[in-house]
Amino acid sequence: MSEEVLLETPLAAEHAALGAKMVPFAGWNMPVQYAAGILAEHKHTREAVSLFDICHMGEFRVKGPGSAEALDGALARAVTDQKTGVCRYNFLLNEKGGVLDDLIVYRISGDEFFIVVNAARRENDFAELSKRLPEACGITDESAATAKLDLQGPLAADVLVRLGVAADALPAYYHFTTVRIAGVDLLLSRTGYTGELGYELYFPAEKAVFLWRTLLACEEVKPAGLGARDTLRLEMGYPLYGHEMNEETTPVEAGFGAMLKLDGQPRRFTGSDALRNAAPKRILTGLVLEGRRAAREGCTVLLDGKAVGHVTSGAFAPSLQRAVAMAYLSPEAAAFSSAAFEVDTGRVRIPARIETLPFYRNGTARKKIEKT
Amino acid sequence: MTKYFSKTHEWVDIDGDDATVGVSAYATKELGDITYVELPREGSDMIVGDSLGIVESVKAASDVYSPISGTVTSVNKNLEDDPGIVSNYPESKGWICKLDNIDLDELQDLMTEEMYAKYLKTLG
Repeated sequence: MSEEVLLETPLAAEHAALGAKMVPFAGWNMPVQYAAGILAEHKHTREAVSLFDICHMGEFRVKGPGSAEALDGALARAVTDQKTGVCRYNFLLNEKGGVLDDLIVYRISGDEFFIVVNAARRENDFAELSKRLPEACGITDESAATAKLDLQGPLAADVLVRLGVAADALPAYYHFTTVRIAGVDLLLSRTGYTGELGYELYFPAEKAVFLWRTLLACEEVKPAGLGARDTLRLEMGYPLYGHEMNEETTPVEAGFGAMLKLDGQPRRFTGSDALRNAAPKRILTGLVLEGRRAAREGCTVLLDGKAVGHVTSGAFAPSLQRAVAMAYLSPEAAAFSSAAFEVDTGRVRIPARIETLPFYRNGTARKKIEKT
Repeated sequence: MTKYFSKTHEWVDIDGDDATVGVSAYATKELGDITYVELPREGSDMIVGDSLGIVESVKAASDVYSPISGTVTSVNKNLEDDPGIVSNYPESKGWICKLDNIDLDELQDLMTEEMYAKYLKTLG
C-alpha cells in the first residue's frame, strides 16, 4: 500500500467527533459510516433524512459569451436547449465515445454554467474542458472554496422549510435555486444519489462546519457515510464512475443511449461519431441474486457455464433484503432476460436473474412537494 | 466453560469435549453490519486453520478460520435469516457452529480472554 497523503474535507473534525470510520476514497479521507452503521444509515435515508459530506466532489464555473454552444460541443447531451434554473446529467467523452466523467451541468444564466464533477476526475476534467472551450468562456475550478452537503430522504423538504426556506421556493426535481439558510447563501438543487427526495447544497467552504451542525441539530437529520451512499445508489441502479463507467465504456453501454438522442438529430459533440458508428460491445444490466450472499466487483457472470460478463458493483441491498449487482453482459446474453445466470465469486456460484433497473421502486426522489 | 481466542479473531468456548466457535466482538465491529453468514456443513471435519465459513458485511467478505480441529456437530441456523445476530451478539447468540472430537492440546496456541485483550491493544 502506498503512503498516499489523503485530502481532508472541512468536516474532518466533525466526523471524528461523531465516531466515523474513515476510509480513502478518490484521494480523500472520507467517512464510510458513523456509529449507527451502514444498514441503519441506509434505512434512515429511506425513511427520514440523512446528511452526507460530499465536499470532495469538484465544482467548475464556465462563464462568458458562447459558453452554451461551446459546452454543447464538449458534452454528450445538449446544453443549448437547457433552461436557466435546470440541472442536467451529462457526460464528458473522449473521441472513442468512452466516458471521461459523468457530471451535472447547472445553467445559472444564458452564459453561465456550474458543473459538478467526480472528485477522482476533477483535475482531468478541468484540463479537458479547458482545451475544449474557447478563450472567451472562462472556466474556473471552485472546488476548494465550495462545500457540498447532500440532504437526502423523504423528510428533506420539511427540514429546509423549518430552517426558513419557503415551501414554494423549493426547486422541483432536477431544478435549482438560491436560498438563504441560517444566514448562509447557498445554491440548492433538488438532486441526489439516493433515489429519495433530496437536495444538494453548495456554499462557501468556510461555512461547512456551521451548516453541517445547523442541519444535524434538526432531530430527524442523522449523518450518513459513503457506505450507505453506495448501497442507496446501487438499489437505484445509478452508475458510479470507475465502476459502471470508465474511458472504455460508452454512455450507450451504460444504459443512457436514449438520453443522448443520437438518431433524431445531427448534433455533433466529442465522441458523437464513434457512438453513431459503433454498436455497443456490452450492456449494463441489473442482476438480482439468490439470497443474501453478495457478488463483488470483478466476479464473472456465467450463462450455461460460459463467461458472458462481469460484475461492476455488488452488495447486499438493505431495502430489498437480498443481494443485487450491476454487471456488464455481452449484448447477446443481456437479451436473455429470463435466463438462469450464475455469478462466480471464486468460491461459489450464486444463481442470478436479470432485473430491470432500478431495483428499488419506492423511492421518493420525484415526489411532488405540497406548497402550503 | 472457558473461552479462547485466535489471532484471526475467532473465539472457541470449551465445555468438556465440545466446543462452540464464533467471531470476536472486535472483528464484528471492524467488519461493520453483517449481512450474510456462510455456515459449515454439519458432519464436516475441520483442521485448525481451515476456513469454516464466511461472514459478509456490506463492504467485504471475510473467512472464518477454525480455531481448533474437530467435527461440526451443529450450525447456528438462525444466522441464515438473521445474520445481524452476529453483529449484535458476536460472543453469545451469534455463535457459528459447534464441534466435537476436538484436540484440547491445540488450546495452547490460542489466547485467553485476557491475552486477547492485550493482543488487540497491539493492533492499534
